[in-house]
Amino acid sequence: MNSNALPNPLLTIDLTGPGTMLVARGGWTGSDTKQLDHLIDAFLSDSSRKAVTIDMRGIEAFDTFGAWELSRLAATLRSRGHEPTIVGLESRYDVLFRSVEDASVRADKEQVTPRNEFTGLAALGETVVGWGKGFLLLLNMVGAVCAAAGRAILKPSTFRFTSAVHQLDRVAWQAIPIILLITFLIGSIIAQQGFFHFRKFGADDYVVDMVGILVLREIGVLIVAIMVAGRSGSSYTAELGSMKMREEIDALRTMGFNPVDVLILPRIVALVIGLPLLTFLGAMSALYGGELVAWLYGGMSPEIYIARLKEAISMTHFKVGMIKAPFMAFVIGAVACTEGLKVGGSAESLGLRTTASVVTSIFLVIVLDGLFAVFFASIGM
Amino acid sequence: MLTPMEQPVLSVRDLVVGFRDRNVLDHLCLDVQAGQILGLVGGSGSGKSVLLRTILGLLPKRSGTIAVFGTDLDSIDDAARQKLQRRWGVLFQNGALYSSLTVMQNVQFPMREFLHLPEHLLDEIAATKLAMVGLSRKDANKLPSELSGGMTKRVAMARALALDPEVVFLDEPTSGLDPISAGDFDSLIRTLQQTLGLTVFMITHDLNSLHTVCDRIAVLADGKIVADGPIAAMLASEHPWVKSYFRGRRGRLLEHSHEHRSA
Ligand SMILES: Nc1ncnc2c1ncn2[C@@H]1O[C@H](COP(=O)(O)OP(=O)(O)OP(=O)(O)O)[C@@H](O)[C@H]1O
Ligand SMILES: [Mg+2]
Repeated sequence: MNSNALPNPLLTIDLTGPGTMLVARGGWTGSDTKQLDHLIDAFLSDSSRKAVTIDMRGIEAFDTFGAWELSRLAATLRSRGHEPTIVGLESRYDVLFRSVEDASVRADKEQVTPRNEFTGLAALGETVVGWGKGFLLLLNMVGAVCAAAGRAILKPSTFRFTSAVHQLDRVAWQAIPIILLITFLIGSIIAQQGFFHFRKFGADDYVVDMVGILVLREIGVLIVAIMVAGRSGSSYTAELGSMKMREEIDALRTMGFNPVDVLILPRIVALVIGLPLLTFLGAMSALYGGELVAWLYGGMSPEIYIARLKEAISMTHFKVGMIKAPFMAFVIGAVACTEGLKVGGSAESLGLRTTASVVTSIFLVIVLDGLFAVFFASIGM
Repeated sequence: MLTPMEQPVLSVRDLVVGFRDRNVLDHLCLDVQAGQILGLVGGSGSGKSVLLRTILGLLPKRSGTIAVFGTDLDSIDDAARQKLQRRWGVLFQNGALYSSLTVMQNVQFPMREFLHLPEHLLDEIAATKLAMVGLSRKDANKLPSELSGGMTKRVAMARALALDPEVVFLDEPTSGLDPISAGDFDSLIRTLQQTLGLTVFMITHDLNSLHTVCDRIAVLADGKIVADGPIAAMLASEHPWVKSYFRGRRGRLLEHSHEHRSA
């Protein structure tokens, strides 16, 4: 790069005098650093050049960026055995230059220790170990919550009743409209699909059996649990996580409170009470949706629908669905709170943990549902 | 680039800021001239941070005007505002570092956005800026959550100074620092003011900084500036809060030590 080609070069080489003279001109500031950096690189790339004097008289503006470039120039020349002299630097700029030079010398002496990032196979190993640790933490949380529940049963006055009621309002009462809407739609869709396909075999009547059994045993509780995991699990994680970030949880500990008693137990209790209630409401809403579709789409009158439903379903089906609900609630709550407490110092980790909370709890809810299916099948329910 | 001396860099007129039914700032007026180091003092909760946040456009005002570099902040569009924001640097009371970026990346962030420098240059310059505020390279790869309170202040300072702004707004830059580092901070501010013509708007409770670096002190009480001038004017003021602040036991101790030093 030819430095003289630019219309207003910040640095020119003057060979007319006895030694090499570098003449600086214009504004050596942040916005011109890129150009200046190129000019200095171009000059330094030819190692035969020996600048003895750097003339700074033409400088109009100078800031830490300019000072840093000047100190880099001087330091590189010095390292090549030339002793550059800087002349004509205004005294106020000289103070800045000295402090920047000082700082950059200090900065250069120290070694950077890069943050160790895991790559390749190490990353895989790290992930697997992370899962293992995460599972242990989850078990730890389950244990801590059970212990806290035990303490609360032995001494009910220590239970945070107000907090639990407040959480119940948030996770159950305020969730009712959306749960009713979603389960209503799911019930309708199952019924519509049933009529559409079963009609080919003339098996219209069995649509009611399908809707009833599916909704009461599986779909009702699963849909509600997944909704609650997305809705309340994520908010538990975000709340606890941001409290962790702002050291609120540490503050609780130092005041002698157990965060599990104060924050986590009321939340999990609210879920364990709220989820079965929502499951019941959701199932009713889904059956109602099925009834409407049967009437409007399948041409089956509500009386016949209800009569068929009475024959098709039994208390067992209802119980199977309801028994699962509190267990799923417990898993959602435990996962959400564990993930919340795993949040580190950064906003990014909060986002990461919230995602992990929802994904893990939905996954575990489905696994749990599978285990229950095996269990109920083997006891003949 | 430099603002002419006659025109104040910052001019606040009749500013009213309040929350709900209460006015925290009540018809406040304040000018800061170019190259001045202004120290703003006032009791806890008197509205210093509120004033700063209102100037920065983070809080809405009820009435009044704020002009920075002679431009009324209400009358400009977003592009002009962004240009103007490049010319100031801000240190928040609790750092406000970006939690998912390392120390180094925090300092590089404004440079990367505005100056389009090559990567190696960013690293070198940021390291130098960190050294200037007294941080070593081994801290450069830490995350904000891994820093001590004083280190957080230093990084915030380095970030505020990253673009070599013309004005810096500092909310308690030296609180949480040991007195020696606080002194280093003060002399750094002085150096930059002398060389770059930096204008400093500094909220502080540190009597030492007020004595050593501030050209001018303004006292905020009851939503207004109740005293304004050099340290001598503060010592002469009859306002009860100013009196107890500068002429109370702590204030007097410092004053004596100053007399000793100058004697
Ligand atoms: N967002 C807000 N909503 C309501 N009130 C607020 C808000 N921000 C500040 N205040 C109130 O305004 C007053 C001034 O607060 P400010 O943070 O400016 O105090 P300060 O002078 O900076 O004090 P300190 O020296 O302790 O930092 C306080 O009474 C505070 O409660
Ligand atoms: Mg404040």
